[in-house]
Amino acid sequence: MSSKTLYDKLWNSHCIDETHLYIDRHLLHEVTSPQAFSGLQMHSRPVWNKDSCLAVPDHAVPTRNRNLGTAGIVDPVAKKQVERLSENCLKHDIKLIDLTDNQQGIVHVVGPELGFTLPGTTIVCGDSHTSTHGAFATLAMGIGSSNVEHVLATQTLKTTKLKTMAVRFTGTPTEAITPKDLILKLISTIGTAGATGYALEYMGHAITNLSMEGRMTICNMSIEAGATAGIIGYDATTESYLMGIPRVRELPELNRALEYWRTLRSDENAQFDKEIEINLDSLESQVTWGTSPETSVTLDTPIPKAQCSNNTDSSSELERSLEYMGLYGGQTLRDLKIDSVFVGSCTNARIEDLRIVAEIVQGRTISPNLLYALVVPGSGSVRRQAEKEGLDLILQQAGFEWRSPGCSMCLGMNDDNLPEGSRCASTSNRNFEGRQGKKVRTHLLSPRLAAYSALAGKLTDKYE
Amino acid sequence: MNKISQFQGTLIPLDRSNIDTDAILPKQYLKMLDKTGYGDFLFDDERYLDPGDSETPLQTRRKNQNFILNIPPYNRGTILVSKKNFGCGSSREHAVWAIRDFGIRVIIAESFGEIFFNNCIKNGVAPIILGKEQVASLINFANKKPDAQVSINLTEGILSFDGTHITFSLHPSHRKSLSEGLDEIEETLAIGDKIRAYECSRLQSEPWVFVDF
Repeated sequence: MSSKTLYDKLWNSHCIDETHLYIDRHLLHEVTSPQAFSGLQMHSRPVWNKDSCLAVPDHAVPTRNRNLGTAGIVDPVAKKQVERLSENCLKHDIKLIDLTDNQQGIVHVVGPELGFTLPGTTIVCGDSHTSTHGAFATLAMGIGSSNVEHVLATQTLKTTKLKTMAVRFTGTPTEAITPKDLILKLISTIGTAGATGYALEYMGHAITNLSMEGRMTICNMSIEAGATAGIIGYDATTESYLMGIPRVRELPELNRALEYWRTLRSDENAQFDKEIEINLDSLESQVTWGTSPETSVTLDTPIPKAQCSNNTDSSSELERSLEYMGLYGGQTLRDLKIDSVFVGSCTNARIEDLRIVAEIVQGRTISPNLLYALVVPGSGSVRRQAEKEGLDLILQQAGFEWRSPGCSMCLGMNDDNLPEGSRCASTSNRNFEGRQGKKVRTHLLSPRLAAYSALAGKLTDKYE
Repeated sequence: MNKISQFQGTLIPLDRSNIDTDAILPKQYLKMLDKTGYGDFLFDDERYLDPGDSETPLQTRRKNQNFILNIPPYNRGTILVSKKNFGCGSSREHAVWAIRDFGIRVIIAESFGEIFFNNCIKNGVAPIILGKEQVASLINFANKKPDAQVSINLTEGILSFDGTHITFSLHPSHRKSLSEGLDEIEETLAIGDKIRAYECSRLQSEPWVFVDF
């Protein structure tokens, strides 16, 4: 039998024919599902398998006054959308984790926590960060609303096989290096379209040494390199995480499942369409300067100068980015004054992320110059765990606001808005123009750098 | 879905790379519940000088007269031409609905974000990939002759402008979807027996996948 990549194994076990992939799990949220449900209704079509679905409102939900449920949503348009999700779930008998449920959170944080995400399965969601679940040797992909409807109605996705790219992290990073730095480094190396058409597989000691939380951070941002899927092979770390989840321990024929899951790795000698190596020996903490996730640099690297570029096209784009970000070519980011800090999102709002921030800010206070300093846990479970460990008190004593779970400032669809033109150090995943608010300047970085920067009121990686 | 196999129209040049779906349709419009009604908000941040949302009366908003979608005759254009990685980022299909509602039927770029590309196919908007130099010459042409017509034949894979003919390729299944405007769900439901047979076999081999959640 020929050697296979993990992607090949996942594809082969789910393809019904060359263009139809069977979908095991479907996550739904309030923003990309209403049109899909309307489509079903228009054609009087039932949901193929309601038990494959799990719905969680997360995008436009408030991070305060959550005991009020939807009554706590100030924006009437957002309120209607969250209510529509509830109505659709009720109508189709789909399990919903609503605003008052203590398990509610960002879909990509909640799915793995509850054991909804299982190795060897296919998962889709109308959200590009669905790639997060690939950390569990799962083929997980973001889709548009038409495909949400297609999967609801047929349990399949019309698609074709992707190419495969192995991303090997080699060398030994210093202790200061976090998963966010690894993925930002990859994106700046291959570019935001570097993996378009590929499924990425992350490998190397730096990956196998990571916790599941760290692996999810990496897989999460695969889409920022252009890949709809990013996966990591199953190992003892995956198994130990899964065995900590009651629902997983209670699965039927668990021993058979474990036996199968342990095969979910790329075979030795498996051929990838492309391979890339990222050496971590001298990697320093990454932070983005521009309006694309591929613009990460170290705090002390001069950012590009437009006039130095040989390419006139990219030169004008560079100027546009510099102008938007209020920076000049050749400048370094260290000590750049910031207005806000956001610790949250499906990239970096898991318990480990909050622990790192709390450890750094413990017994200190954040800069009084900050307009906002928010910590938004990824889920109710993360929030409760953090409170159990006393992290909430440490963070609040330092001056952070401690909020309820949701996407929040990552895209600012709720009322967590940043003032026009302000500058934010953010643990989220996108620094696009306008992403966090009109003319808001976003610097993507790790929770570690976010913590130091919050204390200093400027971008930094150490105490003042 | 509107079918598209032959098309003639005028160009809208967007001389940039990495245009993301947040730029194409900002988040405040993602709270709407329908598949239509997004055209006025296409490139909202660049198109208007002041912020707005779906509740803001359009007549009260000041237009950015320097933005291409506000400049005649580009404001009536139907073929958008841009550079690398058009439609990257968020999976929001709302971005394609905004493009379609504005009246754009074809997007030409050096490359596309993958989810965006698929969303185009689902909505009768033809995404066409051309080489860097070909895109540059089209942008140049659009700047010099804003009113000039460009013809696209999806069946033959030929784009014609200014006496020049460029060939392009499109996956046969994508061409079929665009030109026949098929209901893909109905097509897939036609192989329902195959899907059920697959489920029966997986239920045996991986019963743990099919538990009620």
